[in-house]
Amino acid sequence: MRSDLILPLILVFGSLSLSSVGGGSSTLAAMQHQTVDVHNWLTSREFVELFAISRAAPGPGSMLATLVGWKVGGWAGAAITTLSLYVPSSILCFLVARTWHSYSDRKWHAILRTGLAPIGTGLALSAVVAIARVSGAGIFAWAMAGVAAAIMLIRPNVHPLLLLAGGGVVAMAAVPFQL
Amino acid sequence: MTAPNTDAPAKITLRSIYFVFFQIGMFAFGGGLQSWVYREAVERRSWVNDREYVSGLAMSQILPGTNVGNLSIYLGLRQRGLAGAAVALAGLITVPFFAAILLYLAYDQIANNRWVDAALTGVTAVAMGLLLRMGLRSGAKGSEGIGSVVVIAALFLMVGILQWPLLLVVAGATPVSIALAWLRLRGTDAQ
Repeated sequence: MRSDLILPLILVFGSLSLSSVGGGSSTLAAMQHQTVDVHNWLTSREFVELFAISRAAPGPGSMLATLVGWKVGGWAGAAITTLSLYVPSSILCFLVARTWHSYSDRKWHAILRTGLAPIGTGLALSAVVAIARVSGAGIFAWAMAGVAAAIMLIRPNVHPLLLLAGGGVVAMAAVPFQL
Repeated sequence: MTAPNTDAPAKITLRSIYFVFFQIGMFAFGGGLQSWVYREAVERRSWVNDREYVSGLAMSQILPGTNVGNLSIYLGLRQRGLAGAAVALAGLITVPFFAAILLYLAYDQIANNRWVDAALTGVTAVAMGLLLRMGLRSGAKGSEGIGSVVVIAALFLMVGILQWPLLLVVAGATPVSIALAWLRLRGTDAQ
C-alpha cells in the first residue's frame, strides 16, 4: 500500500475509536463521511457494499473498519484500520476497568455496581431494538427473535449456533412464499 | 496489577481466555455478541456473577469503543490482568478479521443473492432473540427491586424506542439508579 496513506488511516480510525460512544454502530455515519467524502478512499456504493459484507461476517460489526482498510491498502491496510479502531478505546477501557476493579471490595463499590446493573440491562435490551432497526426487521424477524428467546429461556443448554442455523434455514424456507 | 479473585477456584490460563473469545468471534453471527459472552463467561464458567457482568456491561457501553470489545477487556482483566485483557480482545477479533476479508473476496458470489439475504435475515433475527433473552435473564438475576425494573424500562424507552442520545440518558439515569441502590443497601453489610 502507499505509505502516505498510513498516517491518515491511523488518524481517521483512531479518532473513530475514541468517539464511538454507545457501541460501534454510532460511528457509521462518521466513518462514511471520512472515508467517502473527505478522503475519497471509497465510493458511496462501495461503502454500502462493505457494510453489507461486514454484517454477514461473524463477530463484532466493527469489522467494517477492517474491510475499509483492506480495500484501501490490502493486508497492511486492514491491520492498520483494525488496530487503530481497537487500540485507543481499549487502552482507555483497560485503565478504567483496572481502577474500577481495584476498589471492588468497598461498600460504595457494591452500591455503584448495584446501581449500574439495571443500566447495563436497559442498554442491552435497547441494543435488541437497534439491531432490528439496522437490519430492517419486520414482524417475521421479531417473531423469530421471540421464539429464539423463548427456547433459550426454557432450555438454556441449547447451543446458540443451532438456533442461528435454524433461523437461517427457516428464513430461507420462507423465501418461496415471499413472491 | 490487582490481585486475582480469592474466590476463583483455579487460575484461568491465558490460552483458555483466548480460546473462549476466539470461539465467540467465530460463532457469533448476526450481532448481539454480548449474549455469547454472557453464556460463556457467566453461565458456563462463572468467571463473574450476573451483577458483576451487567455492571461491567454498563461500563463497556458507556465508554467509547465496541461494546463487546470493551466487555472482553473487562473480563480478561478480571481473570489475568493486562495479559488477560490483551488475549481476550485478540481472541475476539482473530476469526472475524479473516472472515470479513474472505467474504469480501467472495462478494460477487453472494451479492444480491436472495437465499443469502434470507439466511442473513433469519440469523440476525435469532441473534436479536439471544440478546433479548440475555437481557431478560441477566436483568432478573443481576438486579433487584421495583426501582431497578423502572430504571431498566426507562432506559429501554429512552434509548431503544425514542433513540435519545445515549450519553445524555445515561448521565441522567445513572445517578438515580445509584441513589436507589444506596437507599436499598445502606445499613446492610453488602460488599
